[in-house]
Amino acid sequence: MLPVRPTGAAARIAVVDYGASNLVSIDQALTRVGAVVTVVREPDAIGDADAMLVPGVGAAGPAMERLARRGLVDPIRDWIAADRPFLGICLGMQLLFDGSDEDGTTTLGAIPGRTIRLADAPTLPHIGWNQVERLRPHPLFEGIAPDADFYFVHSYAGAPTEDAGATEPIALARTTHGGSFVSAVARGPLIGLQFHPERSGRDGLRLLANYVELVRSGAWPSGEGAAAGAPPAADAAAAV
Amino acid sequence: MLRRRVIPCLDVANGRVVKGTRFVDLVDEGDPPELAERYAAEGADEIVYLDISAAPEGRGTLLDIVERTARRAFLPLTVGGGVRSVDDMRDVLRAGADKVALNTAAVGDPTLLAACARRFGRQAVVVAIDARRNPAGRWDVVVRGGRESTGLDAVAWAERAVELGAGELLVTSIDRDGTRSGFDTDLLRAIADRVGVPVIASGGAGGPDDFVRAVVDGGADAVLAASIFHRRIHSIAAVKEAMAAAGLPVRRVPEAVA
Repeated sequence: MLPVRPTGAAARIAVVDYGASNLVSIDQALTRVGAVVTVVREPDAIGDADAMLVPGVGAAGPAMERLARRGLVDPIRDWIAADRPFLGICLGMQLLFDGSDEDGTTTLGAIPGRTIRLADAPTLPHIGWNQVERLRPHPLFEGIAPDADFYFVHSYAGAPTEDAGATEPIALARTTHGGSFVSAVARGPLIGLQFHPERSGRDGLRLLANYVELVRSGAWPSGEGAAAGAPPAADAAAAV
Repeated sequence: MLRRRVIPCLDVANGRVVKGTRFVDLVDEGDPPELAERYAAEGADEIVYLDISAAPEGRGTLLDIVERTARRAFLPLTVGGGVRSVDDMRDVLRAGADKVALNTAAVGDPTLLAACARRFGRQAVVVAIDARRNPAGRWDVVVRGGRESTGLDAVAWAERAVELGAGELLVTSIDRDGTRSGFDTDLLRAIADRVGVPVIASGGAGGPDDFVRAVVDGGADAVLAASIFHRRIHSIAAVKEAMAAAGLPVRRVPEAVA
């Protein structure tokens, strides 16, 4: 794999550092696909980033505490409320929901629903590569085979309460480990991934390249007409 | 469906990959990140570094290679060997590892497991169990490369480790390690039947069929090997092909980049 850079201005992504251990690999993977990463430890550092990313592995309680201690909870809520591009990975996705059954913590409340323990799982944690079954087309998965595997490490997952009046469900993909769970959500520029693209080899890099291109183009699927707003395959994405 | 993982293990000393009999007659085999990247391209599902540096000054070098690996391989990385405290584990994770394998230190101080799981989540805590058969037909936990017995029963220790916070178990048969005579599937089965976390089989890989047996007979979720991949006796692709032919779910080997 050769290093690639997108043409035009690079997407600037603020990666929130609250002590999550997968920050390094996310930083390196984003850099690899041409994003400019700013590691954010305090509200002022968010600056004029094009997108915000919250990583995370582990339990919601300590994560919310650390975010609160750094004064980052309200800035993150405000960012999402303003419809600015946001990506939550693993625990970062779970934090988007109202609360977590893992330790009863109240989380960001950006997506209706709760984080619940995986049902009927033969082994927990759910560790390893598994399929991500897409429920609708999305430019995030542009150029990635439908049966591609992604890497998971978790025991809980967010279960969105779908809004009957919405033009399309927020669940973007699901995965089976015993029972099935929602493994990706998308609502305009708000995206959550339960798996780790930064640890999912070439397909993971491709997905991140697609993400970076979406941030650059701003062509988020609106919900009306599904993937009609998909951007043309980016140079960056095609080269991964 | 969750894939059964194939994991190459690299023995690392003072920042270099070494091979030879473990701990003695070490031969320099190259740069760990470079080999990790090669394995990633060949379809490895994860990479394990086992640090066997004798000297403490090897630690800084290890962190450096972990960081360089995270920049190149984009695969899950587990680091074992010499992690003795929450701070050691923090340093290794910060450098870019996803999981840390605790062995001797966890046996000596089981509360370390609980402390690491609390701090980093149990998914980051792998407990490595080196087991040797005893005359009673059970298995003893051994440490220091098998040179020292602990008097602990391996199955009982596995259950206790999971209770304390292990998110995964790396089970090595010291009897089979380096023999290429197949994994100790009785040992694997005895442990897999008693714990709910994934079990990684290690010690004894000889050919692709051994990987199948470790999963089918031993109940392993993942299978680890060192020398057969290192010495290119078998490729990761050949192992996965045999597993797929046996009906086991495996991740496709990525196509070669033109």
